[in-house]
Amino acid sequence: MSEATAGQRLTVRRNFEPGTPGARIIEWTRRNLFGSALNTLLTILVLALAALILPPLIRWGVTQATLHGTTRADCTGDGACWTFIRVRLPLFFYGRYPPSDYWRVDLVAILLVACCVPVLRERMTHRWLWVILLLTLFPALAAVLLWGGIFGLDYVDTTLWGGLMLDFIVAFVTVAGSLPLGILLALGRRSQLPIVRTLSMGYIELWRGVPLLTVLFISAVLVPLFLPQGVSVDRLLRAMAALVLFNAAYMAEVVRGGLQGVDHGQEEAAHTLGLHWWHVQAFVVLPQALRIAVPGIINTVVDLFKDTTLVTIIGLFDLLGAVEQALKDPAWLGFAKEGYAFAALIFFVCCYAMSAYGRSMERRLSRDQ
Amino acid sequence: MIRRPSPRSRAAQWLLLAAGVAVAWYLGSQAAVNIGRRHATFGFGFLADSTNFDIPFRLIPWEVGDTYGRALLVCVLNTLLVSALSIVAATLLGLMVGIMRLSANWLVRNVALGFIELVRNTPQLVQIIFWYVAVLQTLPGPRQSIPLPAGSLLNVRGLYLPSLEPGAAATTLWPIAGILLIATPFVWRLTWRGLPLGSRALLLALLAIVLYVIGIDHIDYPQLRGFNIAGGIQVIPELIALWAGLSIYASAFIAEIVRAAILSVHKGQREAALSLGLRPRQVLSKVVLPQALRVMIPPLTSQYLNIIKSSSLGAAVAYPELFQIFAGTVLQQTAREIETMFLLMAIFLSINLATSALMNWYNRRIALVGR
Repeated sequence: MSEATAGQRLTVRRNFEPGTPGARIIEWTRRNLFGSALNTLLTILVLALAALILPPLIRWGVTQATLHGTTRADCTGDGACWTFIRVRLPLFFYGRYPPSDYWRVDLVAILLVACCVPVLRERMTHRWLWVILLLTLFPALAAVLLWGGIFGLDYVDTTLWGGLMLDFIVAFVTVAGSLPLGILLALGRRSQLPIVRTLSMGYIELWRGVPLLTVLFISAVLVPLFLPQGVSVDRLLRAMAALVLFNAAYMAEVVRGGLQGVDHGQEEAAHTLGLHWWHVQAFVVLPQALRIAVPGIINTVVDLFKDTTLVTIIGLFDLLGAVEQALKDPAWLGFAKEGYAFAALIFFVCCYAMSAYGRSMERRLSRDQ
Repeated sequence: MIRRPSPRSRAAQWLLLAAGVAVAWYLGSQAAVNIGRRHATFGFGFLADSTNFDIPFRLIPWEVGDTYGRALLVCVLNTLLVSALSIVAATLLGLMVGIMRLSANWLVRNVALGFIELVRNTPQLVQIIFWYVAVLQTLPGPRQSIPLPAGSLLNVRGLYLPSLEPGAAATTLWPIAGILLIATPFVWRLTWRGLPLGSRALLLALLAIVLYVIGIDHIDYPQLRGFNIAGGIQVIPELIALWAGLSIYASAFIAEIVRAAILSVHKGQREAALSLGLRPRQVLSKVVLPQALRVMIPPLTSQYLNIIKSSSLGAAVAYPELFQIFAGTVLQQTAREIETMFLLMAIFLSINLATSALMNWYNRRIALVGR
């Protein structure tokens, strides 16, 4: 009986895995595209839609597009005018930063990548050392390089900073500032001290209840009103401070999720060993909680990176602002599609890379458990 | 539970509170000094002053010269309109894409995945501006309007829909239809001789529609007259762009929520339902979706709140909502930074709190029905 079943199963399996690759492809197609009447209909529908949309899109973006040349007159084809993007590339990446000092920005970018790679690599020895490096030495070096004014470097005012570089600077400062603040707020929200708990909760709920744009506007319009006369803070710094305070509330909720995932026994055991509350949190609870929270934190980072585009509305000059600026140039009117498609593409590449890393991290975490 | 906080830390928290109060007091006094230097006072009296700007899109009558208070009402309604439209569209689109993501068809599954990745990984602001500048503003002018089904027209000035003009009978019939429509969900839950009325309540909704149709005098189709379109209802391109941007962006997140919720329903539930002889459609509608809905509501709520908050991005395309008018025009004309910002934050907070209270109530209700 059992032999017969095994034999049957064997023939069945042989049927599903035919030898030739061609037959395998046919089998895959049959199962995944034409499994049922509805399935076949859907396949035909999707293919028809693709046939409708893709050819004009490819014609516009690739086959009939122009990339060469330096002026508008070079764009003679019916398709996209990528010349516009190519000519304005420095503006999109560096904003109005002095061209002779582009190397300073490039150097900061190289340093950032050099610090980030060891931090992001799993199983890196002394990973925490790299994290500390990324959060202390790198910002100091980057500030010196970008601002200048010492060591013979020319001073470059923040009003000249712009383009994609500004998005990265704002995002980096926001993450570096909001994560520690968020951790404190998350601990505060779980605290047994009623005032601390209420204050943390009020802070988190307030920021999460209002649009980011109001917070940025407060930084731009209201903050000067609250400062003593004569004291003024750079517009960019104010915007970054607002983003830090705002995103700290979101970070706090993500970290709180991580804290809830740590077993109570851990904290109790550490207390029994006589550790002080701060030591329990810092050496026992947080390392485990942050590990769980990493995918959520990366999601928040992706969100806040996308949100850096909002600084254009308060008059800062990030990638989106640079694109809008370039579109207003009388010599290059009418290339809105190209401009925004380019901005979207750049953001897509950055965000997709980050979310893909987050997902792989999540998979690794769930496998470890 | 674990260990009581020590008296020292109990005392320290008062220090924290004192520090907070001190900072707030210091900032407040600085603001008072700065406002005093401009010979202005803090207060909301300006809401009764008359305005000198126009609001190009409104749901209630508005004229230049009406008060700032009325402008506030007009803008709140505009914000609520675009938020409500976006919530409905995002939910439907998200539900569709989320189910597509689970399709047995490889093509459908991956088209949905591509859509989600593309939308989720580009900034919302770029999307809204793209729809506005790169799509809607490149449409032809009124003379070359694109005809759409049911007599609608689309051109660079927006979407023109035919309007249903009320006749004389509408003044009595339409309110009755409205009341019937509101009553439908309540009648749904009533019982008649021990049996729940259920879907028979839909007869009321049908009656409401019939009354509404009887009330219509004629349909006003938009038509080209001179250089512009006359008749019908004009939906301005700013609203369409913001609506598209908000709902498409949120739909990608909702799709993932829907997918996760459906996957969270245990396999055994589906198998048990199938073995009881339910048809696949019944399995989905009677077993899987009701359970998935319960998982879905809390993350869905936070997406709805995101939509409401993001409606402030209307400022980028000049859709006359709360943020665009009050943080823009009103703030510049009255120079009342603190008051306008306070109003904005308070209104957004209250809309959000009301929405989340509503969703929590709904969440509790469906949780109870199931048990």
